Amino acid sequence: MLRLEARQKTPAWLNLTLPLVAIAVTLILCSGLILMAGAGVLDAYGVMFKASLGDSYAITETLVRAAPMIFTGLAVTLAFRAKFWNIGAEGQLLAGAMASCFVGAIPMPGPLAMLLMAVAGAAAGAAVALIPALLRVRLKVDDVVSSLLLNSVVFYILMALIEGPWKDPFSGYPISPPIEDSANLPVLIEGTRLHLGVLVAVLAAPLVWLLMARTVLGFRIRVTGENPEAARYGGIDVQRVIVVAALLSGALAGLAGVGEVGGVHFQVMSDISPGYGYSGIVIAMLARLNPLGVVPVAIFLAAVMTGAEAMSRATGVPAFLSDVIQGTALLAMLVALLFTAYRVRRSA
Amino acid sequence: MLGFQLGLSVTTPPPLIEMRGISKSFGPVKANEAVDLAVAPGEILGLLGENGAGKTTLMNILFGVYQPDAGDILANGTRVSIRNSADALAAGIGMVHQHFHLASRLTVLENLLIGIPGKSGRLDRAGALVRLDEIAANYGLRLDPDQPVSALSIGEQQRLEIIKALFRRARLLILDEPTAVLAPSEVDGLFAALRAMTTQGLGIIFISHKLNEVRALTHRCVVLRHGRVAGRVDVPAETTALEMAQLMCGHEIVPPERGPSVPGATVLSLDAVSTAGHGGMPLREVTLSVREGEIVGIAGVSGNGQRALADVVSGMLKPQSGMMEIAGKRVAAFTPREVQALGLGRIPEDRMTTGLVTNLPLADSMVLPRIGTEAFSAKGLLKPGAIVAFAEAQIEAYDIRCPGPMVRAGALSGGNLQKALLARELAFDPKVLIAAQPTRGLDIGAARFVHEKFLALRAKRCGIVVVSEDLEELLVLSDRIVVMYEGRIVGVLDAADASVSRLGLLMSGAGGNA
Repeated sequence: MLRLEARQKTPAWLNLTLPLVAIAVTLILCSGLILMAGAGVLDAYGVMFKASLGDSYAITETLVRAAPMIFTGLAVTLAFRAKFWNIGAEGQLLAGAMASCFVGAIPMPGPLAMLLMAVAGAAAGAAVALIPALLRVRLKVDDVVSSLLLNSVVFYILMALIEGPWKDPFSGYPISPPIEDSANLPVLIEGTRLHLGVLVAVLAAPLVWLLMARTVLGFRIRVTGENPEAARYGGIDVQRVIVVAALLSGALAGLAGVGEVGGVHFQVMSDISPGYGYSGIVIAMLARLNPLGVVPVAIFLAAVMTGAEAMSRATGVPAFLSDVIQGTALLAMLVALLFTAYRVRRSA
Repeated sequence: MLGFQLGLSVTTPPPLIEMRGISKSFGPVKANEAVDLAVAPGEILGLLGENGAGKTTLMNILFGVYQPDAGDILANGTRVSIRNSADALAAGIGMVHQHFHLASRLTVLENLLIGIPGKSGRLDRAGALVRLDEIAANYGLRLDPDQPVSALSIGEQQRLEIIKALFRRARLLILDEPTAVLAPSEVDGLFAALRAMTTQGLGIIFISHKLNEVRALTHRCVVLRHGRVAGRVDVPAETTALEMAQLMCGHEIVPPERGPSVPGATVLSLDAVSTAGHGGMPLREVTLSVREGEIVGIAGVSGNGQRALADVVSGMLKPQSGMMEIAGKRVAAFTPREVQALGLGRIPEDRMTTGLVTNLPLADSMVLPRIGTEAFSAKGLLKPGAIVAFAEAQIEAYDIRCPGPMVRAGALSGGNLQKALLARELAFDPKVLIAAQPTRGLDIGAARFVHEKFLALRAKRCGIVVVSEDLEELLVLSDRIVVMYEGRIVGVLDAADASVSRLGLLMSGAGGNA
């Protein structure tokens, strides 16, 4: 008979292998769906792999898709470390996209435009995150609910903009005017869409890690998240730390929107984010709230999303499989987390 | 003598429970090693040992929480395998944990019925009421079956836990520090019930740090040290508490020496401090001064303003009116950082929740209050080397038993946690120290360590405030004892004039304004 026994200590190797095991379990579980859709499991996964990581162009496409997910993953990681339950990365991303699009449409020298787009996008994301943070520290409003519901509010503001003042006067399509060409983020490799924002996203991960592990602010965020009472007794202004963490989290999510506007779409439309903000939650959990883990996990999920389209075309399995894989991966990881606190023992 | 007696009684029934050669390791730590233990019907066995000696692990093995690496468990002479609490209950073992496992919104009766299979899908309330009456009649354990648990006092909740075990027909009851949460009068009631159980042939394992209670109640004791049986006490009533304590810590214990000390300048003063607007008893015009080289004890029945006093001094609560000075400087903001910067050291009442961050490395908790100072950071960047070095130095200096500074703080035992908290404050040479319930839940060895540190600090001219509900502790340590009643100071006694009875009278509010 197998039973669970509480662990005294979690071995280090387990922390590294658990996400991999969770992913493996996910792929095995989802292969059942592929079979039901009438395709071969290896065929489907093979096409998926080839289309997302099979050649250098595919890899750049996957990285382009991973960039916003790295930012939202980092945003959620930082907030969750402070136990500020920011489910609003999606709305913060949209706010960042709108603000950077507004700034990017103003004629000015390119580098200045890119910088100001980033600043405006981060500020807009932070502003949206500030609302649930203040509601929580001032009025004790549940941050899960308020940050989640704000996503809809921001989305409808976006819709109002592109259906109203931003609407394309010639075509009548609900899309914003494009940003200036000079404000487009430079492409890193000729002939691909790999833009500067991808590099910034990848570099942001070690920066967030440094912030959490090596700065006084990061220390205060960690302590506040783990035990607010001990934090207060230790002289930490807990409410301030939560607000600061929320602002940083919102800014990171806002930068995800900046990258999409500046490097991929060059304008704002209603489907600018296929749920990157929500993917950020999955990514943060799979990465076990470790900023450095966010990058590989985001690339994995981006590969799944990129590959799912090709798989759908080649094998007829609906592309929704990528959403199922995301959801299953989150559940598998939550179950896997159990094994960091417990171990399985065989008993007579 | 004892062997002779046992030799005669050839028809002795087998022990209710016998543990043979139990060993259990967690990684390199041997929590239990070759432990033998038996409880006969009608016997109360005391299980003694310092924090971390392996008592809890041993009892968790008996209750199926852990599996032993080696050794056997026998119930009524037959080998049993206990894999979970259901197996333990089937073997007749019931456990009353220090922290109760009750559903607070359900009634007494409903709590009893949790997990009991009903008759054709319906709870057997009538049958349960009959059992409840039986238990009340047999052992004097009475509770109103329709009371919600949330309306019960701590003592009544404990009674419910015991009734729960008896309800499930436990023949052996394990009680983990049952008196820690009880008032003295409730302790008498508990002991009477336990004795009544033994007359019915039940066995009891009684875990406690309070050696006088152990001497009064138990028939035999097993003393654990470093996971092994360090000794057995056959006649607890004729063994002194000191002898038992020495068995527990493995060396001789000499009461701490409180040398003479001439108090100097005032280092902490409160002038007509009143508080309002927080849970608990507020302070009412409290005036108090503490001088260097002096230990001032704060006595009082729990809930008479001691917590508010400790909170105000610690910078956790801003008073509504009145003034406080630390080392001659007026406290304005009443924040932890301000009082700390003025030279105040603080030992919080609740180590696990207020003092430490159990899920983070020990080193983090040890530098937490001073993380923003030059010692541990510069320009907003941490100095990880300095943090670890500080923690390592304190672990060494205070003999904190742990695998290292990066271990999860929550993995340490209570005594070691308290040492860590002392270390983090004393490393910065406070001018004044306020310690709330500094030895609550600690074993004798750890409590002694804390007392010695306080006295050494007093010799170094620190002013110390000790808030405690343990009068013995206050009498051993204090130069002066201040008694609080309903948020006011109702008496100040010099150590020479203080006694448990005088303090008790003042604490009850009967002393008037002394």
